[in-house]
Amino acid sequence: MINSLPTVPLPPVINPWIAAAMIAMIVLTSTTGEVLTAAAMKSIGDLDVIRAHSGLKGAIRAVLTSPLFFAGVFFLALAFFSLLFALNHLNLSLVGPASASLTLVTNAVAGKIFLKENVDRRRWTAAVLVCVGVYLLAH
Amino acid sequence: MPQHSLTPRQYLILGLVAVSAPLGDSCLSRGMAAMPAITLAHPASLVAAVFTPWIALGIALLIGFFASYLTALSWADLTFVLPATAFGYVIIALLARFWLNESISIERWAGILLITLGVGFVAHGPSLTQHPAVETEEAREQEVGTE
Repeated sequence: MINSLPTVPLPPVINPWIAAAMIAMIVLTSTTGEVLTAAAMKSIGDLDVIRAHSGLKGAIRAVLTSPLFFAGVFFLALAFFSLLFALNHLNLSLVGPASASLTLVTNAVAGKIFLKENVDRRRWTAAVLVCVGVYLLAH
Repeated sequence: MPQHSLTPRQYLILGLVAVSAPLGDSCLSRGMAAMPAITLAHPASLVAAVFTPWIALGIALLIGFFASYLTALSWADLTFVLPATAFGYVIIALLARFWLNESISIERWAGILLITLGVGFVAHGPSLTQHPAVETEEAREQEVGTE
C-alpha cells in the first residue's frame, strides 16, 4: 500500500483548512490589536484637542507613553506579518475580503463586549451590510 | 448628548483612513506576489521583503493610514470608524471603473451598494458612545475650547 502512494510532490494547492487558519490568524490578531488601540486612544482623549493644547509633539508624546497603545501595536504588527505571510500563499482576492469582512463582525462583537460601545441595531445592520458588501466587491 | 456632527477636518481624516488602507494593501499584494514563496522555515525573508519598492510604498501608505486612524479613534468609536475604512474599497472600485476603465460586474455593483448603505447607516448615528467616565475629558475639552 505504502509503495503505491505517489512520490511526486503535491501541486502547490493550499489545503482549505490551512487557508482558513491563515485567515483566522489575521482576524484574531487584528481584532485584538484594534480593540487595544481603540481603548488606548479613548484613554488618551481627543488627539485634535491635545494637539491644539500642547502641539504635535505633545500629541505624539501622549500616544507613545500609553502602554495600551504598544500592546495594540504589537498585535497589529502580528496581524501585518500574518497578512504578508498569507498573501505569499493565497490571492488578495481571497485574503482581502475574507479578513476585512470577518474583522468587521468580530470588531462589532469585541467593541460591544470590551469597549462597551453602544453597538445598536443601526451599527449591527451596518456591520453586516458592509461585511457582505466587501465580500461581493472584492471576491 | 449624542455627537452627530463631525467637522470638515474630521471628515477629511476619515477620508484619508478610507483611501490609504486599500491603496497600501494593493501595493503590499503586488509586492508579495512578486516574491518567491516564503516558508515558516525562513521567516527572515519576510523581513527582507519590507525593503522592496512596492512593499516599502505600501508600508508608507499604511503609516499614513495608521496616523489618521489613531486620530479618528481618539474622537470616534471603533464600530463607527471601521465601516468608514471599508468605504475605501468602494472608492478604489469606482476609481478602477472610471479612471482605469475596468469593467465592474453586477456582483461588485451590489457590493458597492451594500457598503454605501452600511456606511450611510453608521454615519447617520452618533459617532461616540457617551460613558459617564468621559465627563472629565469633556470638561478638559471645554476648558481648552474656552481658551
